[in-house]
Amino acid sequence: MNALTPVMSVRGISKQFDAIKAVDDVSFDVYPGEILGLIGPNGSGKSTLFNCILGQLAADRGTVEVGGQAVSNKRSCDLSKLGIGRTFQQLSVFPEMTVLDNIIVAGQEHEGTMISRLFGAPDAGLTEQAEQMIAFFRLSHLRDEQAGSLSYGQQKLVDAAMAFMAGPNIVLLDEPAGGVNLTMLAGLKERLISYNREHATTFVVIEHNMEFVMSLCTRIIVLAEGAIIAEGTPDQIRSNQMVIDAYLGG
Amino acid sequence: MSQFAQVLLSGLSTGSIYALAAIGFTLIWQAAQTVNFAQGEFVMLPAFFVLVAINFLGMPLWLALLFGLLMAVLVLGLLFKKLIVEPMLPKTGLPLIIATMALSILLKESVKEFYGAEAQPFPDILPQQTMNLAGAVISVQDILNLVISITAVVALTLFLNRTITGRSMQATAQNPAVATILGIDTKRMVLYTFLINAGLAALASFLISPLYLAKFSNGETLGVVAFIAAIVGGFNQIRGAIAGGLLIGVLDNLTATYITAEYRAALPLVLLILIILWRPQGLLGTDEGRQV
Amino acid sequence: MRFSLKHLLLLVGLGVLVVAPLGQGNYIVYMLCSWLIFSIAAMGLNLTLGYAGQISLAQASFMAIGAYTTALLTLAGWHWVVAMPIGLVLCFVVGLALGFPALRVRGHFLAFVTLAFNTLVFLVARNEDWLTGGTYGKFGMPRPDFGIVSTDSQLNFYYFTLIVFVIAAALMWGIVRSPWGRAFRALRENPIRAESLGIDTRRLTLLAFAIGSVYGGLAGSLVSPLVQFIEPGSFAVIHSLRILLMVVVGGAGFFYGPMLGAAVVILLPEVLRFTEGYYLILYATLVIVLMVFCPSGLIGVGSRIRDKLWSRTRDRGDLKQGAQL
Repeated sequence: MNALTPVMSVRGISKQFDAIKAVDDVSFDVYPGEILGLIGPNGSGKSTLFNCILGQLAADRGTVEVGGQAVSNKRSCDLSKLGIGRTFQQLSVFPEMTVLDNIIVAGQEHEGTMISRLFGAPDAGLTEQAEQMIAFFRLSHLRDEQAGSLSYGQQKLVDAAMAFMAGPNIVLLDEPAGGVNLTMLAGLKERLISYNREHATTFVVIEHNMEFVMSLCTRIIVLAEGAIIAEGTPDQIRSNQMVIDAYLGG
Repeated sequence: MSQFAQVLLSGLSTGSIYALAAIGFTLIWQAAQTVNFAQGEFVMLPAFFVLVAINFLGMPLWLALLFGLLMAVLVLGLLFKKLIVEPMLPKTGLPLIIATMALSILLKESVKEFYGAEAQPFPDILPQQTMNLAGAVISVQDILNLVISITAVVALTLFLNRTITGRSMQATAQNPAVATILGIDTKRMVLYTFLINAGLAALASFLISPLYLAKFSNGETLGVVAFIAAIVGGFNQIRGAIAGGLLIGVLDNLTATYITAEYRAALPLVLLILIILWRPQGLLGTDEGRQV
Repeated sequence: MRFSLKHLLLLVGLGVLVVAPLGQGNYIVYMLCSWLIFSIAAMGLNLTLGYAGQISLAQASFMAIGAYTTALLTLAGWHWVVAMPIGLVLCFVVGLALGFPALRVRGHFLAFVTLAFNTLVFLVARNEDWLTGGTYGKFGMPRPDFGIVSTDSQLNFYYFTLIVFVIAAALMWGIVRSPWGRAFRALRENPIRAESLGIDTRRLTLLAFAIGSVYGGLAGSLVSPLVQFIEPGSFAVIHSLRILLMVVVGGAGFFYGPMLGAAVVILLPEVLRFTEGYYLILYATLVIVLMVFCPSGLIGVGSRIRDKLWSRTRDRGDLKQGAQL
């Protein structure tokens, strides 16, 4: 894939709730290896957009294509098979499984068939890869702990590691910074950026925390009242009068 | 036609009693997010309090009924809440289900061991005459059962909607966190819910025992039927529980009379499965509170 | 070291199972058979409920399907070895069908749907005399004869049951430690997250029901020749509740939980026999106390005690290096 072929194309997504147009004809492309931020004030429609892209909500109009394949109305387990990873706003680990099992389960469905997973190796041959992933997120000392016993920030790291385990082409991160304290946040951001550099994995991030987005993303799209009002590098966005108005006015 | 009217009326009569027990399900659901698997036994037990009061304490019927009601509120309301539900909150789920199942065995077996395994005659509280109405023989008892149950439900609804305590209870059920901020003593409101449930169960017990005799195993069918009534109506709605109770009562009687007595018990169950599959929120229910 | 100790314990356990019935009267051997059989049923429910998190109050109805199928076919002259798998296939299919409600509702609602299903099976068994013998049931089922060895004697039947039990347990062990087992647990803990990781939760939910039901059917196909008399009452809802109690009292989601739970539920009445009719009262009280104080069951009590003894030496790993993050 060259830099001009988008990994994901969003075309004309609209979603209406009763009288409110939550998302109004939004289109954009996501290019390989970039970290795209989707921001906007509360009620700007970014969560709705995110849910439409991931098939959690059925969009009224519009399509989403990943790698040239339409993904609307697909179940999320199929999205995962198409190389789309995601994290969740709320904590989304499996609390009563070990960190290692959390990571392995995130990758195992992409190995072999249903039958080979029943009769094959108990770890689906993933232990080594999972340990590397755990080490990458600096969680090796917690490998055998129950994920639910970890701190909030650590669980966010496990969540991210799970999203990456299947080697996705694109990962959608839903408010990764939410609820994470400042020290942890720096660590999380550093790990995400270095993962992005090492694997050229594309990220789409939806986030409230402006500072986090500005320092993480390579490109930012700003939504207000369901439509895109600005797009550009973090520096361009920072100085965009419309964005400032939207945030202060909203 | 006259037979149909009789079957319909007696169905409405038992149905209204089911509704009382079904409302209990919805109340406990709102207060503790759990289903009380011992609800049937909650309806079985108060009749035995009354029998104990009459046969062993020598009380007259009216006093025995009062005694039965108080004991029900104390044991099935206060003690149930304090000893079983409260220690398990806020983590309910499966362990609480199992605990209420065990409680149902405990109540059933206790009655069987300490009072008797035989069905016990229960004194008639209501007049036994029949009336002739346009050719149909109508039982006064059926009519009064219906009237008393409906009155109790109307009173409960008025209490919940018109009084400060009632509204506080509703607020607690809908959003405990906000209710606490508003200065509502949520713990007490939850307790009231349990007490009211026990009271309704006692009333249902007093009305149904003269019809079916008092027996330790009465709760088995009652519990399932009341639950189905609650599901059919919509689990989070009192009026749904009433509709569900009446519907089940009538259908039950109609099937037994006109279709098959052997599969009488099957009809509500089939109805339950169909409702859950096609309209999980119940006939009158709203969407929330059904999943997980 | 740890693994060899585990293996040693397993061997000792098996040894105990082999010698346990020797020199015992018929009744004790019968009780032991009964324990093994209910362990199989509880193991199946433990997969559905303990590992995959789908509550089912219908395990006894699958025992019924297994038992009646085996009874009818063996009475018609088929060998148990042929009759049993037919019962299991039937249970798999019906279990799969029962899984569909679980795709729509969970928790309490699922509990009641499955309970309703159990009652329906009971009613069919009671009312369809032509097939099931109605309330009189079916009797005189032959015990399997393997040419050299017949299982007519109680002791031989025990060893036959033990062999089936060991095979069933080994297969279950294989399932729960395979990636399937991990996916089942993921489904239990967070179905939405599991789905987003590529786990087909729909298929998995159905499989959890179907496989659990097959174990119920297997237990039923052993009940038929053991008791040589089956009637609808043996498979009523109360028996599903009993199997549920076994799983939860033993420890849902632990491999050995159901076996421990079945031992408690089957053998405790014998121990408490001196209390006569008060046994169930005592038993119910114990269950309530257990649920209030230790919801994860008897195995949970064990691990809690172990954690208490260990907690001094086992600092929370996440505190040591957590500050780095």
